[in-house]
Amino acid sequence: MEKRTDKNSYTILFAIGMVLIVGSILAYAASALKPNIDENKRIEKQQNILYAMGVNENEEGSMAFVSKDVIAGEFAKYITKQLVIQDGNVTEDENAYLIDVKKEQTSAKAGNSRRLPLFVGERDGKTFYVAPIRGKGLWDAVWGFVAMDNDMVVQGAFFDHKGETAGLGANINKRFFMDDFIGEQLFDASGSFKGITISKSNADPLNKDKTDNEIDAIAGATITGDGVSAMLRSELKLYLPYFKTLKNN
Amino acid sequence: MGLLSKKDSKLILDPLADNNPITIQVLGICSALAITAELEAAIVMSISVLFVLGLGNVVISLIRNIIPSKIRIIVQLTVVAALVIIVDLVLKAFAYELSKTLSVFVGLIITNCIIMGRFEAFALGNGPWRSFLDGIGNSLGYGVILIIVGFFRELLGSGTLLGIEVLGDPIAKTGLYAMGYENNGFMLLSPMALIVVGIIIWVQRSRNKALIEDH
Repeated sequence: MEKRTDKNSYTILFAIGMVLIVGSILAYAASALKPNIDENKRIEKQQNILYAMGVNENEEGSMAFVSKDVIAGEFAKYITKQLVIQDGNVTEDENAYLIDVKKEQTSAKAGNSRRLPLFVGERDGKTFYVAPIRGKGLWDAVWGFVAMDNDMVVQGAFFDHKGETAGLGANINKRFFMDDFIGEQLFDASGSFKGITISKSNADPLNKDKTDNEIDAIAGATITGDGVSAMLRSELKLYLPYFKTLKNN
Repeated sequence: MGLLSKKDSKLILDPLADNNPITIQVLGICSALAITAELEAAIVMSISVLFVLGLGNVVISLIRNIIPSKIRIIVQLTVVAALVIIVDLVLKAFAYELSKTLSVFVGLIITNCIIMGRFEAFALGNGPWRSFLDGIGNSLGYGVILIIVGFFRELLGSGTLLGIEVLGDPIAKTGLYAMGYENNGFMLLSPMALIVVGIIIWVQRSRNKALIEDH
């Protein structure tokens, strides 16, 4: 005899019921938790921006962001101006850090002009210009924040990724990689913009040479490294006109 | 194990050795290759699988009598995907730092053949308590191999364990490196994970000849 659960009608009803139940549980969970998740992401962005300009709770060998409880105050204290650059016009916007770089990139592809956020920070009497960048790694998105001085010399960098290989490409968000960027030049000796290449062949693993436009690559993470190089070059290039006007003033 | 009957404790202990999901059943190999380049990732993955497989086995076992057999694989997939997504959302909302470490593994957990394999082979035919034990046993067996592979790959590939430089500093040439030792970068690449798993299989089968299949 055919079992009850083998009937076509039962199978279809079961499938419909299951989809409805599982679907509503997931939809409920997603919308109920969304405010918390968004808040966490906002805090993370502020922590990342401050990290790039050297405001963090790092100790020798360990890596720590400004803690969640004080981030709002610290962000307001260190970030003096938030700028949005669009078509050469610079405007101030205190929520510029909420601009979604991914959306801007997509809309720029569709032919719209891109809004470029830039965060101006002040620490120990020095001025930092922090630019958000975003690109592609091996499996998924990679992004970061690069802090520069007014000559576009890198003063600090923060990178993160969505799904790079654990232990290999995922290490771009570790200090041994990010710290190498401090002091690195984006221009070559003749003064043209070269960006920074994540290089497998440079004979400078301690990165003592800050003018070679190269950072020592992570072993086993070639494609992630290439993605980071491409992202640095194409995204930071967009900020060249702004830094030019900065110099002329 | 005073708490468990002999039959029940077998459910936990068997997958640790003579019925190991990776080395004997050859399931879950893909994630064993992908995330064992460092020990920490291997441990995190083992704990995640322990959680998902333990819970998933119970859920499947509870509804095993009402699942239509024609679409049972789809039902199993839906259950595991829903579980993993809910866990991911809750972590994102309340333990954001942890969720960042784990997000890489979410996709790998859903596609882990051990999960579907245990649903299909055990939870569909056994009660919730026994299914729970089976899930725990198999994920422990999986975790043991992952951690062994992760240990050797991180130690020989990067000279570190859990990120701590145990062999000295390779760039400043201290410790072992002062005597000319070099990290083996090949250990970081996937083929070496397969070779390490192969060595474990070899050792295991030469110690217990009963495990060698006849052809």
